[in-house]
Amino acid sequence: MTAPAVRARRRRWARTARWSGWLWVLPALLMYAVFVLRPLALTFQYSLYHWNGIGVARWAGLSNYVTVFTDRDLLKIIGNAFILIIFFSFIPVGLGLLVATLVRRITTGVFGTTVRTILFLPQVIPLVAAGIAWSWLLSSNGLVNQLLRGIGLGGLTRAWLGEFDTALPAVGVIGAWVLLGLCTILLVTGMSKIDPALYEAARLDGAGPVREFLAVTLPSLRQEIGVCLTVTVIAALASFDIVYIATGGGPGLQTTVPGLEIYRLAFAQRQVGLASALGVVLMALVLLCVLPIQRLTREDKG
Amino acid sequence: MNLSRREQLTGRLFLIALVLVTLLPFVSMLSAALQPRGTVPTGLAWPSDPQWGNFVDAFDVANMSALLRSSLLIVAGVVPVAVLIATMAGFGLGHLRVPGGRFAFLLFLLGLTLPFEAVITPIYYQVRDFGLLNTRWAIILPLIGLYMPFAVFWMRAHFVNVPQELADAARVDGSNTWQLFWRVQVPLARPAIASLTILLFLWTWNQFLLAIVLVDDPAKRTMAGALGAFQGQWGTDQVLLCAGSLLILTPTLIVFLIFQRQFIKALLQGSLKG
Repeated sequence: MTAPAVRARRRRWARTARWSGWLWVLPALLMYAVFVLRPLALTFQYSLYHWNGIGVARWAGLSNYVTVFTDRDLLKIIGNAFILIIFFSFIPVGLGLLVATLVRRITTGVFGTTVRTILFLPQVIPLVAAGIAWSWLLSSNGLVNQLLRGIGLGGLTRAWLGEFDTALPAVGVIGAWVLLGLCTILLVTGMSKIDPALYEAARLDGAGPVREFLAVTLPSLRQEIGVCLTVTVIAALASFDIVYIATGGGPGLQTTVPGLEIYRLAFAQRQVGLASALGVVLMALVLLCVLPIQRLTREDKG
Repeated sequence: MNLSRREQLTGRLFLIALVLVTLLPFVSMLSAALQPRGTVPTGLAWPSDPQWGNFVDAFDVANMSALLRSSLLIVAGVVPVAVLIATMAGFGLGHLRVPGGRFAFLLFLLGLTLPFEAVITPIYYQVRDFGLLNTRWAIILPLIGLYMPFAVFWMRAHFVNVPQELADAARVDGSNTWQLFWRVQVPLARPAIASLTILLFLWTWNQFLLAIVLVDDPAKRTMAGALGAFQGQWGTDQVLLCAGSLLILTPTLIVFLIFQRQFIKALLQGSLKG
């Protein structure tokens, strides 16, 4: 065989070898295609039909989407998810910043580790358990009301998860409780990576703790804050477990969130098309919120 | 650091208060779980005669041994397979750099922020058509698929950073791709694989939505799904509900306390990458 022929053959062999690399990707891709991509495509398809899950599906065009964006109940439900962002995201991130600063500045050794471990606990138990624990805490004869009575504020006691004005914030508090630990630890980790020289420079410039925080800590933590916001915003928009357990969506629609409504529409009311349209909208909302956060907080990473 | 004593003190007090708030739900549940059954417990009152037997009752009523077995079976079905195929795919995409791999990777990325609720309806009908409703497979198979975006992303990130020279050296020694994978790459990837295993274990154990939609029998669900059913059944018996919930969340708590460092590290890396 001539030299070029050998080379061509070797190249061909290398090419097939490279293609055979797909065998490594295939099992994962297959599971992903069957249990995510196909369902994803079906969600889009279902969303264009009226279907009760059993009988014949009727073409609906975009009318399910029109319903999602015009039905007052559904709009309220989507709004609830956005209100939850305040509790699931802003509070854990804000409070997390404070706690992380304190943990970093004050605590060394056992105290610091213990604080971090305990704050992290809610992150490892099932959300359902968090829901049950807090339902008990916030119930009429639960600890919160007991404390209020104890300090002479008995007039404020109520069934926190059962009343119109307090139900949604009460659900939000549960989410904040769950997510605070994760945010704190992420931020502590981020802070430990900051160059101490920056703090020294700030101190030489005569910066107090607040200035130091604003000028050094906060900008250095951009990426970590971005991660915290991403994780918690998704947790808020796609919340399900806590709400299902703690309130079931009530009273009225006060605490119903899109995830719960999809479940109810699809499996209780048999409105598969509408449930799917809401699913697509939820997916879009998550992307709409998360992509800008990623852009803003990651752009200088290079 | 030169902080004033007062600053130190207020800071510490604040942290202690926060730790107490974090622990309160657990303590309050424990105090309710120890009250005599049939009474209406109050928020936090240590009973004069703690009824530890309530835990035994809850263990029996909740059918705990069956639940534990079920959750372990589901974890055993999901985690090894998911980790294995994700590692393989990460190797293919990150190290072998298969032609068109970029496209495949983007396809996986598409699922990274996907809320499970958005696809649960078609998954239900699909699982029904496979004839798998009310079996553990109904949870196991979809979960493997749903974990793939994150798991592949995770493992690829590891393999991208392994220096190519290592593989070249192994090739010179005459190993084929299969041997390269098992003898060189997998041992090197052990930390990444361990973190992924911990994360997937936790997410599977705590998975609720799939469990309640796809499986009616609580004894065939995950721990979280079983807990949901338990609440539905005993929601009015506060004492038993608290005892049962504590029992059901104990396994994760124990595993967490033992593997604390690894857990926290895994979850941190997990969110940093995701």
